[in-house]
Amino acid sequence: MGESIVTLSKIGMVFGGSSGSQTVALQDIDLRIAPGEFISLIGPSGCGKSTLLRVVGDLLTPTSGQVQVNGKSTHQARLDQDYGMVFQAPVLFEWRTILKNVMLPLELRGVPQNQQRERARELLNMVELTGFENHYPWQLSGGMQQRASIARALAIQPKLLLMDEPFGALDEMTRERMNMELLNIWRQTQTTVIFVTHSIAEAVFLSTRIVVMSARPGRILHITDVDLPQPRGEQSRAETRYFEIENAVREWLRKA
Amino acid sequence: MKQLRQIISILILLLLLAVVWEGIKWIGGDPWRVENNPFGIEHNPPWRFKVASDLNLPHLWDIGASFSKPSRRNGPPLISVLIQAAFFTFREAVIGFFFGAFLGLLLGILFAHFDLLERGCMPYVVASQTVPILAIAPMVIIWLKAGWVSVAVIAAYLTFFPVTINTLRGLRSPDPRALELMRSYAASKWAVLWKLRLPAALPYIFTAFKISATASVVGAIIGELPSGIRDGLGGAILNFNQYYISGPGRLWAAIIISALVGMAFYLIVTLAERVALRGRNLVEE
Ligand SMILES: Nc1ncnc2c1ncn2[C@@H]1O[C@H](COP(=O)(O)OP(=O)(O)O)[C@@H](O)[C@H]1O
Ligand SMILES: [Mg+2]
Repeated sequence: MGESIVTLSKIGMVFGGSSGSQTVALQDIDLRIAPGEFISLIGPSGCGKSTLLRVVGDLLTPTSGQVQVNGKSTHQARLDQDYGMVFQAPVLFEWRTILKNVMLPLELRGVPQNQQRERARELLNMVELTGFENHYPWQLSGGMQQRASIARALAIQPKLLLMDEPFGALDEMTRERMNMELLNIWRQTQTTVIFVTHSIAEAVFLSTRIVVMSARPGRILHITDVDLPQPRGEQSRAETRYFEIENAVREWLRKA
Repeated sequence: MKQLRQIISILILLLLLAVVWEGIKWIGGDPWRVENNPFGIEHNPPWRFKVASDLNLPHLWDIGASFSKPSRRNGPPLISVLIQAAFFTFREAVIGFFFGAFLGLLLGILFAHFDLLERGCMPYVVASQTVPILAIAPMVIIWLKAGWVSVAVIAAYLTFFPVTINTLRGLRSPDPRALELMRSYAASKWAVLWKLRLPAALPYIFTAFKISATASVVGAIIGELPSGIRDGLGGAILNFNQYYISGPGRLWAAIIISALVGMAFYLIVTLAERVALRGRNLVEE
């Protein structure tokens, strides 16, 4: 593999300090991610998926090992605003309108106001929220709120989009529609995505590679290449290859 | 619609209070008769309660009538004296409120950012509130000289505490993920305070402001007593208390006006809150 945007080597994460009970959340994680990839992390609950995502995003410092993002330390990458984050909950600010919520990262970066507005409108258009600019978060459905939070994450054109079960709280129908939209966004923006999910179907549909993790201590059990042809669409879900990969991942998860 | 229901329920409550008040007087107050009436309208209560005598619990219409009577011989009617006093006290209370709110916000913000400071100072802040205001007031007047400044400081003393506590709570209220989000954008401490912590704290801060608004009026009235300030409601209460026997209605009138000043301040803060929190989906109290 050529250049990589994320390089994890021998990452270990132990919670709980020297005394008392310790949790080994991550052990010996080695992973290289190429620019433009869509990587899914899948594994049993509590296996360290969120922890791994936070290590990459410099929200946690690993107790051992090295992480590089774009050839920099994660700290520098964060200061350079290379990250976009999306959580399971939309985490929109209730006192801001949808437009203002999407403008937040641009505001923090010091982009001129009229450009903030213009860019936020473009993004809301991309996630199909045109017409809801002046609504407050509580006036929108869960799916719409999550779309707004994705628009916010994309506002600063992050090199790396970190998503922690972003569609976990949505119903099946909404989730499938959001998957399709996310695919389109990923194609348009060509950003690299690390995506935590519990859904095998979602992982297969979206990813270029699926990282299957084992239960505590969290390790990489297997990496599945998803060689479904691009660009994908609803028809991809009907391909035989899709079911083969889905079954293979399910087998690996059984061993996790 | 909701406001209308609120107003109606307040009116019903006031009416009930009036009924109870006059009811007690009806069964246990002093006897009365309408002067020069041909029908002999009079009432002789079956019992005599001491609390219900005309001196201790004047008839509501006597209190009402005292508003229009002059408070001094040849002076202006009581109502205009009291309104002037109300504005005087209100101004002291507002100045005290701003002092206290500013101090409370400052302490809350400092405590939220410096754990050590909070652990070091919070016990003193709490202790300050266990010292009765009646003991503090004379001290403040000795230090700062009698005048509206010392009255405002006494009002501030009652104001800052709820603001400190609620500001601190509010600044710590944001969702941890919202803080992580700000962190992922490399937001400065200042930006986190300004764009996340303070907006999140605003509902808490306004709750404190509402408590403080009424407390600052109490503080201003109490502060006037030992400072010998005669122009405010505190002075009026002290004065009418001294001459209670010659006109019990006047003290009651001053008390009613004091309560109205507190309520008016509360209402003003509530309106400011409406404006400041517009758009939010608040669970209405
Ligand atoms: N801040 C923390 N302190 C202590 N233990 C933690 C902390 N965060 C996560 N853990 C533990 O690390 C393990 C992995 O957690 P997490 O990464 O959230 O799992 P997942 O996202 O895969 O469900 C769990 O056992 C969890 O209890
Ligand atoms: Mg998780």
